[in-house]
Order: sequence, then structure tokens, then C-alpha cells
Amino acid sequence: MPNNTTQERLKAEARGLNFFYNGGIQALKNINMPIYDNRVTALIGPSGCGKSTYLRSFNRMHDLYPGNRYEGEIRFYPDDTNLLAPEVDPIEVRMRVGMVFQKPNPFPKSIYENVAYGLRVRGERNRRMLDDKVEHALRGAALWDEVKDRLQDLASNLSGGQQQRLCIARALATDPELLLFDEPTSALDPIATGAIEELVHELKKRVTILIVTHNMQQAARVSDYTAYMFLGEMIEFGKTDEIFIKPKDRRTEDYITGRMG
Amino acid sequence: MTPGRVSPRLSHNAMRHWNERLIEAVLFLAAALSVLTTLGIVYILVSESIHFFARISIVDFLTDTQWTPLFDDAHFGIMVLVSGTLVSSLVALLVAIPVGTTIAIYLSEFAGSRVREIAKPILELLGGIPTIVYGYFALLVVTPILQVLLPNLPGFSLLSAGFVMGIMIVPYIASLSEDAMRAVPMSLREGAYAMGSSRLYTAIHVVIPAALSGLAASYVLAVSRAVGETMILAVAAGMQPNLTWNPMEPAATITSYIVQVALGDLPHGSIGYQTIFAAGLTLLLITLMFNIVGQWLRAKYKENY
Repeated sequence: MPNNTTQERLKAEARGLNFFYNGGIQALKNINMPIYDNRVTALIGPSGCGKSTYLRSFNRMHDLYPGNRYEGEIRFYPDDTNLLAPEVDPIEVRMRVGMVFQKPNPFPKSIYENVAYGLRVRGERNRRMLDDKVEHALRGAALWDEVKDRLQDLASNLSGGQQQRLCIARALATDPELLLFDEPTSALDPIATGAIEELVHELKKRVTILIVTHNMQQAARVSDYTAYMFLGEMIEFGKTDEIFIKPKDRRTEDYITGRMG
Repeated sequence: MTPGRVSPRLSHNAMRHWNERLIEAVLFLAAALSVLTTLGIVYILVSESIHFFARISIVDFLTDTQWTPLFDDAHFGIMVLVSGTLVSSLVALLVAIPVGTTIAIYLSEFAGSRVREIAKPILELLGGIPTIVYGYFALLVVTPILQVLLPNLPGFSLLSAGFVMGIMIVPYIASLSEDAMRAVPMSLREGAYAMGSSRLYTAIHVVIPAALSGLAASYVLAVSRAVGETMILAVAAGMQPNLTWNPMEPAATITSYIVQVALGDLPHGSIGYQTIFAAGLTLLLITLMFNIVGQWLRAKYKENY
């Protein structure tokens, strides 16, 4: 756990971020927030508060649907690129920012090919290189021992928790700098959830993590920093300990203590 | 309420009971009608074919290299007609599958909703053009154009008939394949895009494998359409029975033979009359075979997303 915020290195920073869905509905309102390197940052807030919308801005997922519009910036370090700049190719952004979704979404391919997918997209053809990276990613996602003897099986034969760890391995295989988790355990049972949480804790040594969660205990368990969002606004951001023990904003306190949401 | 007694609201209502029975009976009859029609057709085909095979051995039927049922020196080699059917269908599929699948990929993965809303109905309209129109289109437009490219091409050929048949089938493949691809959940596409893949890479490596059973079904339907197509072949492929695997030649197909003979005045019970049923049965078996393959493909590649 970090002692002092000033010692943290920035990985990304939202500056004056507004987001409008097709039709003009404003889902994010002037978000300013740092994301620190090799830390886990949790986004909490009631349904519809914009936390997933915010998360999906980091890998330009909104570009997939016509009519969506960003304003403001997400600066990405160390190179200080604005991820949202129109001249920045969303594919380049997604090469650096990985994502794990709410529901496990393995591709209709073998376990091996699922993990190798991102490497193949990046043009990797060397079989040994692929084998090494697939194994490394599966070990990183704590799945290797369970699947090493059946790498050619279809990914859909795995259990839900295994599928989600496979999706994490898929994202890890390309060594992303930032990994986005969109409620990664909401479709899983408590044991699989525990495994994923442990994994998130382990992974922050390798990668910066931003995680949306509906589960306050989960945010408290896995994150170093927490941001509370409400109606598209960032209400409060701070160290997780401080947010959960002595929130500054009344609305944060109401949400955390269960009086609202 | 005392135990053992049903609430009045749940108790037996004789009137409603009879209504339900009546509706059920009507629905059953409607379903039975189509099944009975199919069975009737199969019965006629089989029973007339039995008369035919009583006179012509099945070995001759399958191995003879000539089809001249109406000549004095009659030969009954069905492979002559089967070759024409298969060659023209193959030409059609070589045109329709690549073009139809490409259109489906474009409509499902690239086109905006407005383009799709305009293009898809137009495409489906193409499927509503009477096949006789396609036949004359093949004979009067496509054949002369192909003859410029291939000077040896005769005026009637399996190539130009098959090519136009392919154009006719494109809308079926495009429309059904697009439905199958659009049914692939968005979450799968988002997963692929999030890995940094382009639209085309996503379409080829994620969407198509996920939609494979639907694509296979559309191809099998296309095969059935091609094998059963009559008018285009009757008009543009020539009707002379010709055992050939060369699409540059004219040839009769099973269907074009049937339409040719059925229009004449063959006496009931004559051998010429019975060939229609033997040929029809062969056609039915070929289509059945493709349908079974289709079912098998569907089961093998059932949606696993």
C-alpha cells in the first residue's frame, strides 16, 4: 500500500473528460482523475453512474458505435499521449490497453488460440515465441496447471471462472500497460470470484489496473485507490483506506454505508 | 376452502375445453397436410419408379453413358443428367458462395445501419425475380459477354447458365449469412476489438467461426436451390443429354430433362413417361443427401458462443 501520493508515478490522467452518447446524452461530466502506475484503482457507484462508460473510454470502445463523442483528454504516460485525440488510432490504443469484460467472452477457438489471439493480431508467427507467451500468460492468469494438458480443447468447454481467467490470460499475453476490468466477477460464483480477486492483486506488479465493481467489499479488498462516481460525475477520489474509513463527501459516505444505491 | 376441492376458478370448463380441442385439431390438420403432401409425392415417385426399374436394370441406370429414352435405341444412363446438374450447380456455387459471403461480411460488419436498411431489401428483391427472366438474361446477355472472353463457348453452355444461377443464389446466401453473422453477440466482437484487431480481422477470425453453422446452412440451401433450379438451365444450357464434366459444353440436367419431356404428350405408362419419375426420384435423393450433410454441419458447428 502506498504511503505517500506524491511518490506515485502517473500512468494515465483524465482531464476535463466529458462523454456524450449518440443522441447527445451526457454520460460523463468533467472527470479529472489520476491513474497511478502499478496500482489498482477501483471505480464504484450506483448503476448508471457512468463508471463503465468511463472505463470504456480508456480503450476507445465507444468508437465502435456511431455518434458517440468525447471531449477533454486522457493523457497516457510515459509518452504523454492523449488517448482520445482523433488522430490517435483506436487500434493503437487497444494494443496498449487491455480489457476484461463483465461476462467471459472467449472466442470460438481453442484455449491456445484464444491466448495467442492478440499476438497473432500483432503479426507474431514464430511458433516457439507463441508457445512461450501463451504459457507465460496462462501462468500469469493462474490457469496453466488446469489447462496445460488440453490446450487444443475449445475454450467454451471451460467453466465460467476458468473462462474469465482465460480472458485475463488473453489480455495479458500482449503485455498491456493498462488493464481494464469491467465488473469481472459479476457472472461468477464466490470461489471463482476469490480466484480473480487474488489474481488482480498479483497482477498489479506487472500492469496498472482499473476495475469497475458493484461490490464494495471487492473494491476494499483489491484496490489501492477508489473513485466514487454518481450521475456521471467524479464525486470523490482517494486512497481506498481513506475513502472507506473517512470519506470526505457525504454522498460517498451514504453509498458506502448502504444508505443509497 | 376444504381440502380436496379445486378452486372454482381452476375447475373444469367444458366450453373452453372444447374450444381448445378444436383449435388443436385445426392446427394439427394444417401440420399434417404438409407432411401428407410430402409423403404423397414420395409415394408417387417411388411407385412409378418401381415400374421403371422393373423394365430397366438399376445397374444400367447408374452406369450407362447415354440418355436417349425416346429413341428407338433407348439408353437410360442417369449419370448423363446428373453430370449436367452437378457441373452447373458447382459453377453456381463457385460464383454465389464467395460473392454472397463477401456481401454478408460487408453488410454485417462494415455497413452503417442506413446502408444496410436500404441494401438488404434490394438484395432480397433480387431473389424475387422470376427465374425465366434470369434464363433469358443468361442466354441473351451473359453468354455473348462470355463468348468475347472465351471464343470457343457455344451458344448454350453449363457455364453461362451456372454463372447466372450463381447470381440468382447470391441474395439467399448473403441474406442468410448476414443474419447468422449479426446473431453473433456484440460482446464477442468487443472482445476482439479490445485486443486491437481490425474490422476485417474480427470478421474473419471471430465472427465467421462463431457463425459457421448459420453459414453452412445458407450454403446447403444454396446447393438445394442450384440442384433444383430448372428454368435457367432449360433456357440457357441447351437440352441435349451430354455426359460431360466440362462447363464449356451444353448439356441437359435432371430438371431441364423433366421439363422438356413433361411438356410433350407421352402416353401414360410408357417408358418415356416413367423416366420422369425415375429422374425425379434421383433429384430428390440428391437434395436429400445435401440436406443431411447440412444437418450434420449444423450439429458439428453449432453456435458455441
